[in-house]
Amino acid sequence: MNPELQGREFAPTAPYLVGREKVREFSRAVFATSPINLDPEAARAVGYSDIVAPPTFAVVIQESTLAQLLAEPDAGIDFTRVVHGDQRFTYTRPIVAGDELTATLRVASVKSLGGHSMVTAESSIVDSTGAHVVTAISTLVVRGDE
Amino acid sequence: MNASTPDTSTPDLTALAVGDIVAERTFELTRDSLVRYAGASGDFNPIHYRDDVAQSVGLPGVLAHGMLTMGLAVQPVVDWLGNSGLVADYQVRFTRPVPVDAAQGAVLTVVAKVGVVDDAGARIDLTVSFDGSTVLGKAQVRVVAAASTDSTPSV
Repeated sequence: MNPELQGREFAPTAPYLVGREKVREFSRAVFATSPINLDPEAARAVGYSDIVAPPTFAVVIQESTLAQLLAEPDAGIDFTRVVHGDQRFTYTRPIVAGDELTATLRVASVKSLGGHSMVTAESSIVDSTGAHVVTAISTLVVRGDE
Repeated sequence: MNASTPDTSTPDLTALAVGDIVAERTFELTRDSLVRYAGASGDFNPIHYRDDVAQSVGLPGVLAHGMLTMGLAVQPVVDWLGNSGLVADYQVRFTRPVPVDAAQGAVLTVVAKVGVVDDAGARIDLTVSFDGSTVLGKAQVRVVAAASTDSTPSV
């Protein structure tokens, strides 16, 4: 992997409109049973404008930024050798249906360890006003030649 | 709001003690669960639904998406909180794959225990196991007492 990736920032992704049915579909897929992830009235009763996305929903928006990284011509990342090492989401506020979100990826670090490479990618996700919603951080391990 | 629905009451975080178990749940994953997650998340890596592809890259067979394991593991905490908006930070390390047998599926158990109580709220530590071994490391959920509810500006 190209060590010069470290510190590189990518162009913001096209806005992603969070749909209510997409949130419900995702909620069911992660076995969410909480009413505020499924029922708009339950969500409004606790002060949200619509249903709230489960904590890991941000991965759907983050995914397009990781695709940018893997497609970067000089990155030298072989997709077939990539293993997901760890994942983190740090929220300023939860994602709610109706949000229009944009993600900007920054490569926080590139490291080599025993033939493997590790890249830590931070995607900062903001709403249509530019206010921070969540940062999604992935460490991808790229296995070396065996 | 209907006074007979206590769903919206959230736990008193200051009353927690380190080591308290706040939630436990068992999840039965099947191949159907993986296909459903693939569609919902957009992660269509075939190692999550095709044994032949999984085996061609040296795996025993189809594996659950790591992000599916991460996504379901926090749900017992969300149900305990009654509000997923109270999760301020959530991190995991993927330490062991979860093979999902075509006939038998896979059973995951989640135990959520208080790791830290402080001014910010609490840190809940998850133990997520499959077949007697943990599959996630450093699985930590930061929960806060009050959510920031500002959301979509009205158009």
